[in-house]
Amino acid sequence: MSGPHELNEVDGTNTGANFTHDLVIIGSGPAGMSAAVMASACGLRAVVLDEQPRAGGQIYRNVTVAPPAVSSLLGPDYRHGATLAQRFAACGIEVHHDTLVWDVARDLTVTAQKSGRSFHVRAPQLLVASGAMERPSPLPGWTLPGVLNAGAAQIALKTAAQVPDGRVVLIGGGPLLLLVACQLLQAGARIAGIVETSAASNRVRAMHHVLGALGAPALLAKGLRMLWRLRRAGVPMFKQATEVRIEGVEGAENTDGKQRVQAVSFTTGGTTHRLEADVALLHHGVVPNTQISRLLRVDHTWSDAQLAWQAQVDAWGQTSLAGFRMAGDGAAIAGALAAEASGAIATIGAAVALGKLDTGRAQQLAAPWRARLARQTGIRPFLDALYRPPEWLTDCADETVVCRCEEVTAGRVREMARLGCEGPNQTKFFSRCGMGPCQGRMCGITVTQVLAKALNRTPAQVGAYRIRAPLKPVSLGSLAALGQLAAPAKPSSH
Amino acid sequence: MFKPINLPAAEQRKTVLIRVEDREVHVSEGQTLAMALLGAGVVPFRRTAVSGAPRTPLCLMGVCFDCLVEVDGSQNVQSCLVEVREGMQVRLPSGARRAGDSA
Amino acid sequence: MTDHPHIDTLVVGGGVVGMSIAYGLARSGDVVCVLDGSDDAFRASRGNFGLIWVQNKGLGRPAYARWTMQAARTWQSLATELQELTGVDVELRQPGGLSMSFDEKVLAASSEKLNALGKELGIVYPYERLDADGLRKLTPDIGPDVVGAIYCPLDGHVSPLRTLRALVHGFRARGGQLVSGVNVDRVERRGGEFHVHAGNKVYTAGRVVLAAGLANRELAPQVGLKAPIRPVRGQLLVSERVQPFLHYPCHYVRQTGEGVVQIGDSKEEVGMDDSTTLGELARIAARATRTFPMLANVNIVRTWGALRVMSPDGYPIYQASTECPGAFVVTCHSGITLAPAHAGPLVDWMRTGTEPAEIRGFKAERFDVQTN
Repeated sequence: MSGPHELNEVDGTNTGANFTHDLVIIGSGPAGMSAAVMASACGLRAVVLDEQPRAGGQIYRNVTVAPPAVSSLLGPDYRHGATLAQRFAACGIEVHHDTLVWDVARDLTVTAQKSGRSFHVRAPQLLVASGAMERPSPLPGWTLPGVLNAGAAQIALKTAAQVPDGRVVLIGGGPLLLLVACQLLQAGARIAGIVETSAASNRVRAMHHVLGALGAPALLAKGLRMLWRLRRAGVPMFKQATEVRIEGVEGAENTDGKQRVQAVSFTTGGTTHRLEADVALLHHGVVPNTQISRLLRVDHTWSDAQLAWQAQVDAWGQTSLAGFRMAGDGAAIAGALAAEASGAIATIGAAVALGKLDTGRAQQLAAPWRARLARQTGIRPFLDALYRPPEWLTDCADETVVCRCEEVTAGRVREMARLGCEGPNQTKFFSRCGMGPCQGRMCGITVTQVLAKALNRTPAQVGAYRIRAPLKPVSLGSLAALGQLAAPAKPSSH
Repeated sequence: MFKPINLPAAEQRKTVLIRVEDREVHVSEGQTLAMALLGAGVVPFRRTAVSGAPRTPLCLMGVCFDCLVEVDGSQNVQSCLVEVREGMQVRLPSGARRAGDSA
Repeated sequence: MTDHPHIDTLVVGGGVVGMSIAYGLARSGDVVCVLDGSDDAFRASRGNFGLIWVQNKGLGRPAYARWTMQAARTWQSLATELQELTGVDVELRQPGGLSMSFDEKVLAASSEKLNALGKELGIVYPYERLDADGLRKLTPDIGPDVVGAIYCPLDGHVSPLRTLRALVHGFRARGGQLVSGVNVDRVERRGGEFHVHAGNKVYTAGRVVLAAGLANRELAPQVGLKAPIRPVRGQLLVSERVQPFLHYPCHYVRQTGEGVVQIGDSKEEVGMDDSTTLGELARIAARATRTFPMLANVNIVRTWGALRVMSPDGYPIYQASTECPGAFVVTCHSGITLAPAHAGPLVDWMRTGTEPAEIRGFKAERFDVQTN
């Protein structure tokens, strides 16, 4: 395997002489791994870049090294990832882990940093499989120590064989909520309560889609089994909760003991409840991580079904920028098995574009993957309706922090709208919301929706943050050192 | 804030010694620093530069930036993306970083 | 026919230039409406570095030097007024500023220029040429390659973000109306009034001020004026919060009230392209680490590119239309430095017709001078 090219003249006018590979793949979760396996099968010179120390993404995180006891807790879905990871390891494609991609230019030059040093790779085809992240759940008190996403509790199990200590309360809705509760219970955690926030109307809406959802009965059955296990264990469960607050004492002034989660309070069925808690786990589904697609300024749509932005892609994952494809949950939420399929399909599309595969053969190769994809996406409308986050989640009380990095509240965002800010970028400029190191990952979707309500517009009309390099903070020194890599050339833009 | 699950002896990892401020902590190998700190009961990880508010990790996957600590002299490192190492020196930041690194 | 209440003045453009003028007009009692563009419009104000910079401005154009100095002198009064009216602290600091150099010859040349400028102004230009030791007394962390700096006590800095927010807030507090998300495509004068078209809406007023930045190029001729401006891109780096170490603004590095370090800049002729480019960002970073080596491990959280509004000689265009009386064009690339001048004497000119002596030479006709 060849190493990354350390010296690379980046010249925006050059249309091919400085390509290092046929295909660059960003992300080694299910979509990225599947893409690499297909790339190898198609004879493409590909390279995979991933920030994590090993393959798996988040859904299959640490699957190659997890202790058997943990794997067995996580179930067959997780173990499937091990099979995929083995095929990925065996396929012979060049891989760089612990590698942070921090810039992608419109000419598809990728700048990445490993061990403090930056390098470029460039190919005519780029596949971004950067996956999803949890939807932020801006509840009062969500910045307190002791509040984590439900997915984080799974990561704790997968990477460290640990579970939350003390009384755990789960809040939200969505596929992970009951699953994580069951897994934690089995692993020895104490589940003090599950507070579901899904509206009553979700079931009704979901039923409209149940006929198209082939896997729905099986999924519903799975859900019922989990509910049964939790009830049998005596876990208090609550539905259609509103006015959810996480209590502790916020801010810097008070004694350390109280500056963490103490309790979760909420209202349901006309009654207010208060559950004492040491850890609160939040989950309202997952949304695509669109930092790279926004950086490249490709076309996006706002999906009202998923309440998230999606990069527009064609049947081969091609976005509105030629050569730039997306696959997996990073494009649209459809789950790990769908990601495997769309990763393979996008790579087939790339191979055709590269002239390595003719269209007839491509259709043949893609056919079984399309069938799998269809099965996974067929159930999506049902799941999206069933797990739709409650409307009140983006009607956050004024004092709720929406931008965690800069500690900007929902009230401040609404004030900016009243001042004349038309969208997230003006709001960012006036309030610093979105200016922190996460660059809007935690607040973007909330701000778009809060502004949309305040301005009486749709999220699509309001828009999203303009994203710029670096995708994550890099040191001034490493930026300076880049001058020795990149020839100061005609600007290539994004 | 976190505790280990019961693992059969054969599946347990060996421990390494890290220092968190002035405290010596034995943590299992193969986990991220963020998990090691959570397992060792470190609360909070840091106090924010904006208001001094206490924070511990939210996402454990590198997107929330609440797990920032100083590792071996490098400030504002995402501890959920670093695996523990024997002899690692961790400091817990309060407020804005210093301009130079001490390492 | 208009379907809105009476407006005295329409201001096209809600950036720092437009809002300074609008605020000044509203403060004087005019009924003012600002028409501002969309959330993702180019907006030079969002890329402003935040310097209130006097040193070295106006060599060969003493009127501009005086205009700038007057603005710097009256900044405190504007800041205090805005704080009292809106509660926003714009973080104005005027401790003097530093232009550092790695080259003695450059410092010597700057020194001569400032002496010459002083002569043109009939004053002893207030500045000090500092050697490395002298500079180190003001900025202990300066790197060994820096040979010295020009220190000018008139310089300072302010938060452009807070300034614009305070101006908008103050404008509204004084009864001003801000219409956002509109794109003005046509201005015409009919029946003694200006009709400003934005899509299918029309706004009417007796006076119109074109402060739309680069868009002034297309709008000015519609009212018998000219704005031969072009975009000049500037890129900058923004760091994470750092404990205070830099108490003087430097011409390409400053530390804000939040502790964030802002590092610039570039001057590129690339058309309407506000992207950032690795080559320039690397060059900017290299200069910064050479200047302040202890910043090498500080993280850059975000970068920015914005388009300055540049006239052929770099000086503003301030002009009242004779063909369409009541129409004004205002462009400049130092909207922050000049904010008090725009809110004060410039607004007085628009309302009373008394043109400040300093701005007489800034009409667009100066660009028509033929050279043989």
